[in-house]
Amino acid sequence: MLRYALSRLISLGASLLVASGVVFFALEIVPGDPASYMLGMNASPETVAALRAELGLDTGALARYLGWVGGMLTGDFGISYTYRVPVAEMIVDRMQVSLPLAFYALFLSTAIAFPVGIWAASRRGSLADSGVMGVTQLGVAVPNFWFAMLLVLVFAINLRWFSAGGFPGWDKGFWGGMKALTLPAVALALPQASILARVMRSALLDTLGEDFIRTARAKGLTRGQALRRHALRNALIPVLTIIGLQFSFLLAGAIIIENVFFLPGLGRLVFQAISQRDLIVVESVLMLLVFAVVAVTFAVDLAYAAVDPRLRRRG
Amino acid sequence: MRDEMKVSLKRRPLTGWPVRAVAVAVGLVVSAGGAGAQQTDITIGMQLEPPNLDPTGGAAQAIDEVTYANVFEGLTRFGPDGSVLPALAESWVIAPDGLSWEFKLREGVTFHDGTPFTAEDVAFSIERAMADDSTNAQKQLFEGINSVNVLDDYAVEIGLDAPKGSLLFNLAWGDAVMVSPASAESNASNPVGTGPFKFSEWVQGDHVELVRNPDYWGEAPKLESVEFRFISDPTAAFAAMMAGDVDAFPVFPAPENLAQFEADPRFSVIVGSTEGETILAINNGREPFSDIRVREAIAHAIDRQEIIDGAMFGYGTPIGTHFAPHNPAYLDLTGMSEHDPEKAKTLLAEAGYPDGFSTTLMLPPPTYARRGGEIVAAQLREVGIDAEIINIEWAQWLEQVFKNRDYDLTIVSHTEPMDIGIYARKDYYFNHDDPVMRTLMAGLDETADETERTKILQAAEEQVSKNYVNGFLFQLAKTGVADARIRGLWENAPTAANDMSAVYWEE
Amino acid sequence: MRALLTGGGIAGVFALAALVSFFWTPYDVEVMDISGKLAGPSPAHWFGTDHFGRDIFSMIMVGGRVSIAVAIVAVGIGIGIGVPLGLTAAAQRGSMLDELIMRGNDLVFAFPALLIAIMITAVFGPSAVNAIIAIGIFNVPVFARLVRGAALSLWTRDFILAARVSGKGKVRISVEHILPNVANLLIVQGTIQFSLGILAEAGLSYVGLGAQPPTPSWGRMLAESQTMIGFAPHLALFPGLAIVLAVLGLNLMGDGLRDLLDPRIRRVRT
Repeated sequence: MLRYALSRLISLGASLLVASGVVFFALEIVPGDPASYMLGMNASPETVAALRAELGLDTGALARYLGWVGGMLTGDFGISYTYRVPVAEMIVDRMQVSLPLAFYALFLSTAIAFPVGIWAASRRGSLADSGVMGVTQLGVAVPNFWFAMLLVLVFAINLRWFSAGGFPGWDKGFWGGMKALTLPAVALALPQASILARVMRSALLDTLGEDFIRTARAKGLTRGQALRRHALRNALIPVLTIIGLQFSFLLAGAIIIENVFFLPGLGRLVFQAISQRDLIVVESVLMLLVFAVVAVTFAVDLAYAAVDPRLRRRG
Repeated sequence: MRDEMKVSLKRRPLTGWPVRAVAVAVGLVVSAGGAGAQQTDITIGMQLEPPNLDPTGGAAQAIDEVTYANVFEGLTRFGPDGSVLPALAESWVIAPDGLSWEFKLREGVTFHDGTPFTAEDVAFSIERAMADDSTNAQKQLFEGINSVNVLDDYAVEIGLDAPKGSLLFNLAWGDAVMVSPASAESNASNPVGTGPFKFSEWVQGDHVELVRNPDYWGEAPKLESVEFRFISDPTAAFAAMMAGDVDAFPVFPAPENLAQFEADPRFSVIVGSTEGETILAINNGREPFSDIRVREAIAHAIDRQEIIDGAMFGYGTPIGTHFAPHNPAYLDLTGMSEHDPEKAKTLLAEAGYPDGFSTTLMLPPPTYARRGGEIVAAQLREVGIDAEIINIEWAQWLEQVFKNRDYDLTIVSHTEPMDIGIYARKDYYFNHDDPVMRTLMAGLDETADETERTKILQAAEEQVSKNYVNGFLFQLAKTGVADARIRGLWENAPTAANDMSAVYWEE
Repeated sequence: MRALLTGGGIAGVFALAALVSFFWTPYDVEVMDISGKLAGPSPAHWFGTDHFGRDIFSMIMVGGRVSIAVAIVAVGIGIGIGVPLGLTAAAQRGSMLDELIMRGNDLVFAFPALLIAIMITAVFGPSAVNAIIAIGIFNVPVFARLVRGAALSLWTRDFILAARVSGKGKVRISVEHILPNVANLLIVQGTIQFSLGILAEAGLSYVGLGAQPPTPSWGRMLAESQTMIGFAPHLALFPGLAIVLAVLGLNLMGDGLRDLLDPRIRRVRT
């Protein structure tokens, strides 16, 4: 087990190193330069050169790469070119929106998907089941930004129940913050809930076909009782895997929704940073997201391996 | 066209979304409860967030839109109509030879950190902007200044290499504001100026807040606090206005929504002028555009009114040269380049392109460029020119188009005031060499007499127009939206600014 | 079976409209009529006109062509690169090569897709081709994993053993025996990735990273309609519905195909 963990850890480190190289050198060839961008049309070449020197952009790419990687290892993500504040600070700020939004959306999607999935599975083949399947099929097909547009139109512009976007900040009160995140979370949660409900239903139906459920049914449990007492626990594994995947998607994939609702989250930070050529911010956020996913995968692999020794030999 | 549209839009809501009826009912209830005591705070919407808050260290207009006349002040300043007014300098005297100016400073002015404003700060600010390692984006404003002498605490003398008629104008720019040596280095994130508002907080990605400066030397502002909120997405901007999250959007990013605001009594739409000449810039140094007949053909292929209607929903004034129509020296030269596709085709045939040619059209992000570009491309197609649209970001535009001059056609709005002089610059991105313009502009610098200056400017306007250097499209309008109870906002945009010192809520 | 027919029918309509658009559309999508802009649906313009006075019905036909092309090629990239990788990894199970392929897959998966697409277009500029690449890259690990997983279990089966005994090499076995047996899986997964590709293309062109004007695309039509949704909702309605229907049709078709092609799953319909 230890050897397995160690070998996975080495490959995790190698993956991250490869990723950092790809991210850094791909962005090196992006046309455009942060100093010229900041100084605009009337700046003289000397002024631009002075700013480049001030930002530390006048050194070679390799030296900057090594400096960046070395800094990240010690928790120093560098200084943003455009905002002139530490990148780590900016990331922490934006996380205060992105993380709660991801959790909120995940909460909504599971809160909807679990009961709906179980309900559909327990009434398999009925009209209700077909209805659920139809609605979730539709939910999967709706682009979340379109859904978000419709939500804004109805609930913010016409009904004015929610503000159309923006984020007041947690220091102005918890409920104000939650309210601001509600429409975005709903927009994000709908397709996720649809997927999750379908997975829940099929995972339940799969386990219902297995021997131990038949045994339970034979002992006199009704279909619904068997489902709730036995099948549910076993169906959780594929469901949790999907939830894990969805979370990392929600964290990084909310860019469009953050734009629709002008939330100061991580995705919009990257989007803006790319257009301003604030490359160090782009690189650091990308690496952080990659690290998060790789680390979660690592943890999940280890957990599986701990449960199932066969997996240690890579199946 | 504009009136026509307004009528048709007003009628449309009846056929709109089914929720509308409910919404109107709810809306009535909400607005009935809205009355209260006089408001002393305001939220101003801006499309772009400033990258930093130091107007002497960046070109972004958003920096000035937050700080100009609010946090920072210069020796002189722009008024709402574009005139140059005294600010931190009370008065000035020009030496008879025009080579030195003595400025008398206002006394009793302090920076927000409490340090007094004196002649030393003037010398510091100007010398800092002119230094070799300066990162001032408009360093050329200070060209020709050879010394800044402190005479006493409240008097300073600026020495010049040659008479400079534009000195007061130049000193009014946001890039020439006065900063204190104690805080200059940290102005980017914590701006300290002498203005009527003090910096309070900046939540990056969301808003900047300013609060009233109780020690302001001039008339105290009526507002206690101002929040600038950054909303880049036009839909979100519309929703934020409609929902009341934002009180005013001085430069509203989506002209198509203005009719809806006009139809709503809660809002007033403020349409003014800007210094933005929107042009179809042509790379004069490249085949086939080096042939004036091709450039003239392009000029005749363009239907300006269609672009204004289609891209800007009617907002904007057609221009026939690179000059702002609201300027007294403006000449209407649109007749030189009337929409005439047949003539364009003839000219192309004469130039050796009877079947037209293929080219590229690079479009930076603003609506006027992206939408206007689609229309221009369609119009060029009518005369046989196939312009492939390439959408690019500003960073790339600056590098590829502006710096490296590697482009065929592009659309951009030149927002600097009085910038026809760029046509005298051989190394400018138009790649256009015009000795006549150089002579004219050199003459302008030496002339102080207003009628003479007007003559020279008008000659320059004609010169640029008849050479068909670029396709001249329209003067960008300043289209703002505000809560109908707000007073004192600037109508026009002689410079990038949201001067909040005179703004108040009407009871 | 009902799902397959319904889904296939919907997808077929879109495919047909896209094909027809090569030869004929009610109006030329590149010709503007500014004075006739923002007209609501009428007999002359079934879905109305957009902010440049172009016919929305025609634009949806041509836009569908772009969506379908992008999604198909992206699936092609995924299959073309992912399947050989998956087959190789399975054939070389436990080797360094297998490890390398699988870790590479994990790494690609770990990158946030939309951010990578934005990065690609920042480097190479926005275009339909770059949208295809961006979507295609993320299809590779999907197919590689799927094929490796399926192939691994096939390698333990008797008929493969028989082939090995008869002296066939690993490459030959992979191509002659493994591949035909994973074909059904590929068809089902391909359909799903196809529908995901259409959604992804819509998302990319919504943020301005897809096909460039004047070529219409569904996502960009939605983006452009956004500010006008209050007074011209048809601009947002029809392209949105087109995306939903096309994706729905393909998903139904994928479900139907799975039921049809995979007898094990037919037992419990998902």
